[in-house]
Amino acid sequence: MSIEIIAYILGGLTIGSALMVILSPHPVRSILYLVVTFFLISANYVLMNAQFLAIVNIIVYAGAIMVLFLFVLMMLNLSKENEPKGSIPMKAAAVIAGGSLLTVLVAALRKGTVQETTSIADDQGLVKSLGHELFTTYVIPFEVSSVLFIAAIVGAVLLAKREKQIIE
Amino acid sequence: MSIEQLVPLILALPLIGGVINGIFGKNLPKQIVGSLATIAMFASFGIALLVFSQLHEAKTINLFTVLHLENITLNARLLVDNLSIWMVLIITGVGSLIHLFSMGYMSHDEGYYKFFTYLNLFVFAMLILVLGSNYFMLFFGWEGVGICSYLLIGFHYSDAEKGMLNGLAARKAFIMNRIGDLGMLIGLFLLLAQFGTLEYTELADKIIIDQVPVTTWMMFGITLCLFIGATGKSAQIPLFTWLPDAMAGPTPVSALIHAATMVTAGIFLVVRSNFLFEHPGAEMTKDIMLYIGLATSLVAAFIALRQNDIKKVLAYSTVSQLGLLFVSLGMGAYTAAMFHVTTHAFFKALLFLGSGSVIHAMSDEQDIRMMGGLKSKIPVTHITFLIGTLAISGFPLMSGFYSKDEIIGHAFEHSTLIYVLLMISAMLTAIYMLRMYFVVFHGSFRGTKDQEHHLHESPPSMTLPLIVLAVLSIFGGILNLPGIFLKNGTHWLSHHLAHNTRGLDLIQHSEMSANTILGLMAVAVAAFLLVLIITYRVYVVRPQLPVNDEQLRGWELTSANKLYFDEIYNTLFVRPIEWMSVKGHQVFELVILNGIISGSTKTIEYSGELVKKWQTGKTDWYILWMVFGIVGLVVYYLLTVNI
Amino acid sequence: MILASIFQTVSIQYYLVLATVLFIIGVIGVLTRKNAIILLMCIELMLNAVNLLLVAFSTYFGKSDGQLFVFFIMVVAASEATVGLSILVLIYRNARSVDIGLFNKLKG
Repeated sequence: MSIEIIAYILGGLTIGSALMVILSPHPVRSILYLVVTFFLISANYVLMNAQFLAIVNIIVYAGAIMVLFLFVLMMLNLSKENEPKGSIPMKAAAVIAGGSLLTVLVAALRKGTVQETTSIADDQGLVKSLGHELFTTYVIPFEVSSVLFIAAIVGAVLLAKREKQIIE
Repeated sequence: MSIEQLVPLILALPLIGGVINGIFGKNLPKQIVGSLATIAMFASFGIALLVFSQLHEAKTINLFTVLHLENITLNARLLVDNLSIWMVLIITGVGSLIHLFSMGYMSHDEGYYKFFTYLNLFVFAMLILVLGSNYFMLFFGWEGVGICSYLLIGFHYSDAEKGMLNGLAARKAFIMNRIGDLGMLIGLFLLLAQFGTLEYTELADKIIIDQVPVTTWMMFGITLCLFIGATGKSAQIPLFTWLPDAMAGPTPVSALIHAATMVTAGIFLVVRSNFLFEHPGAEMTKDIMLYIGLATSLVAAFIALRQNDIKKVLAYSTVSQLGLLFVSLGMGAYTAAMFHVTTHAFFKALLFLGSGSVIHAMSDEQDIRMMGGLKSKIPVTHITFLIGTLAISGFPLMSGFYSKDEIIGHAFEHSTLIYVLLMISAMLTAIYMLRMYFVVFHGSFRGTKDQEHHLHESPPSMTLPLIVLAVLSIFGGILNLPGIFLKNGTHWLSHHLAHNTRGLDLIQHSEMSANTILGLMAVAVAAFLLVLIITYRVYVVRPQLPVNDEQLRGWELTSANKLYFDEIYNTLFVRPIEWMSVKGHQVFELVILNGIISGSTKTIEYSGELVKKWQTGKTDWYILWMVFGIVGLVVYYLLTVNI
Repeated sequence: MILASIFQTVSIQYYLVLATVLFIIGVIGVLTRKNAIILLMCIELMLNAVNLLLVAFSTYFGKSDGQLFVFFIMVVAASEATVGLSILVLIYRNARSVDIGLFNKLKG
């Protein structure tokens, strides 16, 4: 099979599963569809020779974040009946807004000129070259991101702690 | 000391006295306050005498320049000539006697220091008026005396029963003065526009010497406007009703301001501007002056016939005498008018101070119907009052006789009708003055028992000025005797004034023949005696006493009601203006202004309410708007920017 | 290699449009769904669409900067999801519901 067919099929599946995410009334199913979407996006990454990112995507997103979402959802014990209903005008307005944004963005994208390369290095998307870039050019954002993580962790723990009851 | 140094001192002394009394007077003892003011006055008078003796040629004293523009220069400059010094003598001389009188009269008053402050400041303003060398200074003094008159008329504004009336009287005086001032201002503007200067000497030069061409209408307009100003200050028809109301002020105020000085400011103005009034274009103005003066004189005399308040009678008599003065001015007899101003100052001040003494003796009673038989109780006041009455009525050989006779003589030459009307006015004057004299001092006492107990002669501080003024009233005629008595000293005042006063020296005086003069005198004496006999019979022999207000009928009622002038003015002017003011408030303020202001606030509020609806608090709305905003931005970017 | 020649056959426009469509789907999801958890998920979807775009650029231009940026975006997305969910839990404890239509106390 030529590479194009694979690319197109993958693209179509991605869009399909993303649509199911937002259209599904069941919240658990929404989350599961999102997981599928992530997997498909990772497949796209692989197609574009970004293997490292594909794996990281799966591990971080599908593996950690989605699991977190699932846990929270199960903790809140929501089901289809508890799902809040949106108003029809709002949905219509949303579709219109989204559609207009799509149109505008695509039109904007058409204006740009792309300078294409003919060849890339074989190991461009692999760990070694990425790591080399990361630790030389982007080392400061790397360190700062660790601080960000700490802040997020502290925040999450603090926020989710149950308030202490004052015992008389 | 030279004249240039002395004259500013004349001005400065009352000013200093007024300022010191004004600032520190509250804490100083009454004796000091009064003495300071009176001594300042006497000192001014003394210096004025000194200047008077030394003065030969007219002198100008430049103080400072007030305004210096391209076309106009306004200077604070003094002109010292015989006319101004003569007026200064009258003002400071009679003024110091009145100050002395006030020390005793106002001794029980709480606002003692305020009174003397105002009096001194008034004299200062009046002195500026007469000593100024241009119309600007005159106007400055004009306004100054207006303000001091207001302050002094309404002096007892906080009095329990009459305080409101005093305030209203002061307001009326000020407003009527203001109406005249408008005319005067227009006259000054016209003068500036036509001649470019306000200095007397320069104007006289331009008109008399250079013969600058002036249209008749312009000259008529200027002189008429100046005359309107004079009508306000000197209480002629139609602006005279403030003067009787001004009697609400303390008696020394009435004596100084409304008898001797301020009301003569209008006369002074015309005499000063004689070169304007003698211009051929101003003949109509002089005729108007004459007839208005004549009418005022007769109308005021008629009203005075049935007035029962001592001071009101004197007030109307002042108006009547001022009318006589304007008749004299209208005939071009300027120096005769100055002579009568002088004698009038003497005997009118005397009469007012005398009435003050009577009121003081009667425990502040002013109605003559409550008086009677006072001649034995207050002898000095009685004698001096009698002298004053005789002087004003034209008793032969007293000062008033000569000054009136001169004016009547000029009238005889001018027109027989005016002569007859003036004689009638003079006889009416005699009638009401003698009426008042007889009713107050003769007969039996008609007041309450308390008042009778309290009757006493006034202290020397009050009687001394009376005596001095009485002497002056008797012998003041010497100043300007007609030519039949002495060959050399005749018309001394006329010649003296004309000696170095611009314009007066050019006016021709035709001397009447001795026979005419004697004849006129005889007629005057005969008229006086006739009136004397009739009034004696009516008020002493019968006696027909003034009756209560309810019993008046016919012409008496009209006279007592002041010919309804006040009521007419009220309907014609006061009510419409009040109505306009109320309507203005209702329509303009309440509706329009309020509408605009609250309208703008309401608009802002309303638009705020509209915008507030956008903040719904729902996140999905916000995000929606955000997306639309992004769409808009990108569209804008696409359309305008070329990549 | 078959994988390395993706850019020879498939033009970059394809991936641009794909990423944009995914992004728009995310936007519509955010606007439409009222469940707060689903909302956060749609935000993750949007972020992923952006990631896809970045990787596409990285491949078609031959530089690896795009992929590194995706790295950092993942970092941020992870921490944001964490904190967002903990806030959500807190709100659920007070309001007993995750309907975002109820949180309109800031209205004017």
